[in-house]
Order: sequence, then C-alpha cells, then structure tokens
Amino acid sequence: MSRSTISPTTHQLKNHTSVTQTIRHSLTMAYRGLLKIRRTPEQLFDVTLQPIIFTLMFTYIFGGAISGNVHNYLPVIIPGILVQTVITTSIVTGVQLREDMDKGVFDRFKSLPIARISPLAGALLADTIRYTIATVLTFTMGYLMGYRPDGGIGYVAIAGLLVILCSWAISWIFAFFGVIARTASSVQGISMLVLFPLTFLSNAYVPVKTMPDWLQWFVNINPISHLVTAVRELANSGVIGWDLMISLIGSAVIVLIFAPLTVRAYMRRT
Amino acid sequence: MKTDDKWAVEAHGLVKTFGENRAVNGVDLTVPAGSIYGVLGPNGAGKTTTIRMLATLLQPDAGSARIFGHDVVKEPQIVRQLIGVTGQYASVDESLSATENLIIFSRLLGLGRAEAKQKAKDLLEEFGLTEAARRPLKHFSGGMRRRLDLAASLIAQPPLIFLDEPTTGLDPRTRNQMWETIRRLVDQGSTVLLTTQYLQEADELADRIAVIDKGQVVAEGTADELKASIGNSTLHLQIKNPEDTAVARQRIEQVLQVQTKMSSLDGKITAPMTDADRVTDLLISLREANIHLAELSVQKPTLDEVFLTITGEDQSKESSKKTKNVEEVSA
Ligand SMILES: Nc1ncnc2c1ncn2[C@@H]1O[C@H](COP(=O)(O)OP(=O)(O)OP(=O)(O)O)[C@@H](O)[C@H]1O
Ligand SMILES: [Mg+2]
Repeated sequence: MSRSTISPTTHQLKNHTSVTQTIRHSLTMAYRGLLKIRRTPEQLFDVTLQPIIFTLMFTYIFGGAISGNVHNYLPVIIPGILVQTVITTSIVTGVQLREDMDKGVFDRFKSLPIARISPLAGALLADTIRYTIATVLTFTMGYLMGYRPDGGIGYVAIAGLLVILCSWAISWIFAFFGVIARTASSVQGISMLVLFPLTFLSNAYVPVKTMPDWLQWFVNINPISHLVTAVRELANSGVIGWDLMISLIGSAVIVLIFAPLTVRAYMRRT
Repeated sequence: MKTDDKWAVEAHGLVKTFGENRAVNGVDLTVPAGSIYGVLGPNGAGKTTTIRMLATLLQPDAGSARIFGHDVVKEPQIVRQLIGVTGQYASVDESLSATENLIIFSRLLGLGRAEAKQKAKDLLEEFGLTEAARRPLKHFSGGMRRRLDLAASLIAQPPLIFLDEPTTGLDPRTRNQMWETIRRLVDQGSTVLLTTQYLQEADELADRIAVIDKGQVVAEGTADELKASIGNSTLHLQIKNPEDTAVARQRIEQVLQVQTKMSSLDGKITAPMTDADRVTDLLISLREANIHLAELSVQKPTLDEVFLTITGEDQSKESSKKTKNVEEVSA
C-alpha cells in the first residue's frame, strides 16, 4: 500500500489515567453539566420554589405549636428545612443521571480515553450549583421572615457549605440508584422512599423530647439529625461541635462506599 | 510497547450472548491498516454488537480482539486512544450546540482551551456546519447530526475509525458527501471499519467486505471475490422475431455448450457465460441462421444476489422458488 497510514505509535500510550487527568476530565464534565443547566433553566424550578414554599408553610403551621410563636421557631426550623430541601434536591441528581445515561452521548464518553468516574463525578459536581441556590434561598427566606442567626454571617456560610458538602456526598447514593435502575421514575420512587422517613424521623421540625422512646432512639442515631444539629450549632451559636465531625465523617464514608460501587455498576452497564 | 502496524483489527471467535440470544456467535475479522473494511449484514445480524465489543463499549463473552495489537479487554484505555467511534444512533449532546459539543469532547481528549476552540471551528468548517454552530442540536436535521457525530470522532485524528451505518437515513446527496469524507479519511491515513445494510455502499467504498448473518461471518473478501463466488456473468439476448426463439436457443446451446433459460415475462433468453470468446462464434452462428437480435447484454452478478444467496438461504427458499417459476420457464 503506497499511501502512508497514521501510525498508532506516535502517541505515548498508557493504559491508566492519572489523578490530574481524572480531575481535569471531571471538571470538563461539570462544565458540561453547567452548560446544560444554563440551556434549560426551567429545571431549576424545584430548587427555587421548594425553599420558598416549605419555609413559609412549615414555619406558619408548626411555629405556634412548637415554639409558642413563629419568631422563636425560626432558629429551629430554618436549619431543618435547609437540610431537608437541599438533600431532597440531590435526588434530582440521580434521576437526571439516569435520563442522561440513556442518551447516546454516554456511549461516546465510554469510548473516550478518560477516567470512568469523570462523567459521574462531573454531573454530581455540577449539581452543587443547585444545592447552593437552595441554600442561599432558604437562608434569605428565613432572613425575610425575621431570622437573625447569632453565629453571624461567617458561621452561617460554614453551615451552608457543610450542607452542600453533605448533600454532594449523599447524591452518590442516588447516583448509584440512578445507574442501577431501569427508568428515571423508579429512581425518583426509590429515593423518595428512602429519604422521606429519614428527613421526617429526625429533629428537623420537632424537638426530640416530645417523641416516644423508641422513636427517640432512631431519631438520635439518624445521621440527618446530626447534620441538622451541626447546622443549628454553627448558625445559631457559632459552635463547631461533635455533630459537625460526625456529619463530615459520615459523608466521607458514604463517598468511599458509594463512589466505587457506582462507578463499577456504571462500567458493567452496557 | 508493542504496536502492530499491519492489522488495525484482529478478532478471533468473538461471542456475545444476550439472555438466550447469541447475538454474535464466533466472529473472526482481520482488517488491514489503511483500508476501508465493510461489515455487511441484515437487521439483527450482530453488526452493532460486534463494533461495540471492538470499541470497548461491551465486554465479549468469549474470544479476543486486538486493535493495532492491543487487547480490547486488557488494555481498553490504550485502545480508546486509537479509535474514534460513530455509533448507529447519534452520540452527541442534544441540549448543547455543535460548538459546545466539540469543545467538550476536545477538552476531554486533552486539548487546551484555545486549542479546543480552534479544533471545533476547523471541524465545523470542514463538515459544513459553521452556520449552524451555535444552534442547539434539537434543531439539526438528521444529516447535520450525522456529520457532527463523525466530526466528533475525528478530533484526536484516531488511526482507526468505527462507523456504524454512517449513511442510514441520509438522502442520496448527503450520502455521497459522506462517502467522499470517508474516502478522504483513508487517504489521510486512517483505517475505517464501517457497517452497512446497503450492498451498493459496501461495493463502492470497501476494499474488503465481511458478510455477517445470525452472528457469524458467512463470507469474506473483496467485492469482486464475493461476486465471483456465486457464479459467472450471464448473457441476455432478445430475439427480434419471436418465432425464431426456439432455433436461437438451439444454436446457443450448441455453440456455448450450456443450458439456456427463457424469461416468460419479456421473452429474453439467458445463458451463463463461461467464456467470453465464444460469444463471437455465437453471434456469427446466429447471423448464418438469419436470426436477428433486438438486444444483447452481459450482466455480472450484483452484490445483491451475493447477499441474498449467502444470507437468505433458509428463510427465503420457499418464496424464491415461487418467483423463479414465474419468471423463468426452464428448457
Ligand atoms: N443490549 C441488548 N440487549 C439484548 N439484546 C440485544 C442488545 N443489543 C442487541 N441485542 C440483540 O442482538 C442481536 C444483534 O443486534 P445488533 O444490534 O448487533 O444487530 P445489527 O446487525 O446492528 O442490526 P441493525 O442492522 O438493525 O442495526 C439482535 O437480535 C438484538 O435484538
Ligand atoms: Mg446496528
């Protein structure tokens, strides 16, 4: 054959992807996620409306009964709603991942010499923008209703970051459901089934003392309760306590378990 | 690191089973570097499944495959650096624009920000998509999407390109453009493995063709070899005066030493042509007998016939027998 062929030896070929490359690929994938959000801003409806509606609704329904009046209830309910709203938002990550993975573009991602984890990590990273929006809106709603956290703006920011970080960690669980489930709506179903009891059987809305003993036992070991307590301590009194540590450790454990599981399932899926 | 320059693809005994269904059932393929290789087969033959295994998108259940000497199972990340894949269905991001798609793929392939932008611009220009570059793909026509898909596979200038039915659903003009592009790729030194259901396409484009059916390679060779494998050319004669037909057939059988057939539809006589030289004798003999011809033609077997002969034997025996009886009255 007279024509010259592109020689495969001109590249330096390696069979593994370095950590730096993995991070770069994940950031590119996150950029793709942000572009998609910008193209379809209507998918931000839930993170915009939920904090507004929930904050108004729960505060006025429970305020009088639990804390005597609405104003005294705000330091209790705002951290509670913040945690619940942002974590619920992370379900969307799993659902959208499922929808996304069914599209042909994921075939191309699989055929590219990139780290297997990067399409997943990128999608999850891009979704932290949603958590940020929900966080800012919840605190803003609280402020408008008269919430003045004693911890000050610095600790409120730390509390917000903590919630965003924990939700990102938890979204790996839903990403796992997203990868193994057959349809997007089943992801939604399973995830709600897991999350609904977890968020309500916690100290997010109601003081634990008012519950029966057996329920107190569960509420006290529920990781959501620890996160809510950590946020309350940070925002209301500027305290960095044990609950913060527990939340961070719990998040790390979730990521260490579910990130490899999710990537493995993603690679096995054809 | 050992890299084999001679064979772009070497696959042995590839098997993939989906439940009970053996979609690919022991496929062997060897694709020489620098050529266009066509994989031809009817719906459900296992073309896409084969390509997906070669492109590391699917793990084979048995058998092995090497891309330029690198095993697809053991060294998938190396193989991915050597290939570009354009799947049967669009593998670009619907919600983004053409430019955004190409920039993201370029960045993933290690190009810098500015390089990626330039690459996207160049490719869009090359594939005539510049005008539509900023529109979301939702508003793209099938042909534009297909071209973008191909462009995305060429960013890294991979030595081997897989194209799964690159022209299905394209109008004739766009199809010709796609053929041009594919030829240009090979001129620039790439190897192309494409699948198709169109025999004409395999005939036009491919240096070698593998016909697969029910998960197995049932024939392999150049288009000419495949055609030759099912027989000779045939001579078609139309006699001016129908009354002379019987005499004409006698003469033909005498001179060519073959059996003739006659089509009941248009009254044409057909005869297998083993030796083209003898046709001269035949024409002289017909002139001597004062038989005048209305039409004379030689037909090579088409790839269609090859395809139907090889792939359709079992299921179409019944129906083809019937149509043959209608068309031809044997001597
Ligand atoms: N993911 C899958 N799960 C189950 N069965 C599958 C899957 N992919 C393909 N098959 C089956 O494997 C067989 C071969 O399919 P394949 O897509 O490889 O055929 P093809 O030659 O590409 O056909 P077409 O010309 O229609 O694209 C078919 O019977 C198909 O139903
Ligand atoms: Mg196919």
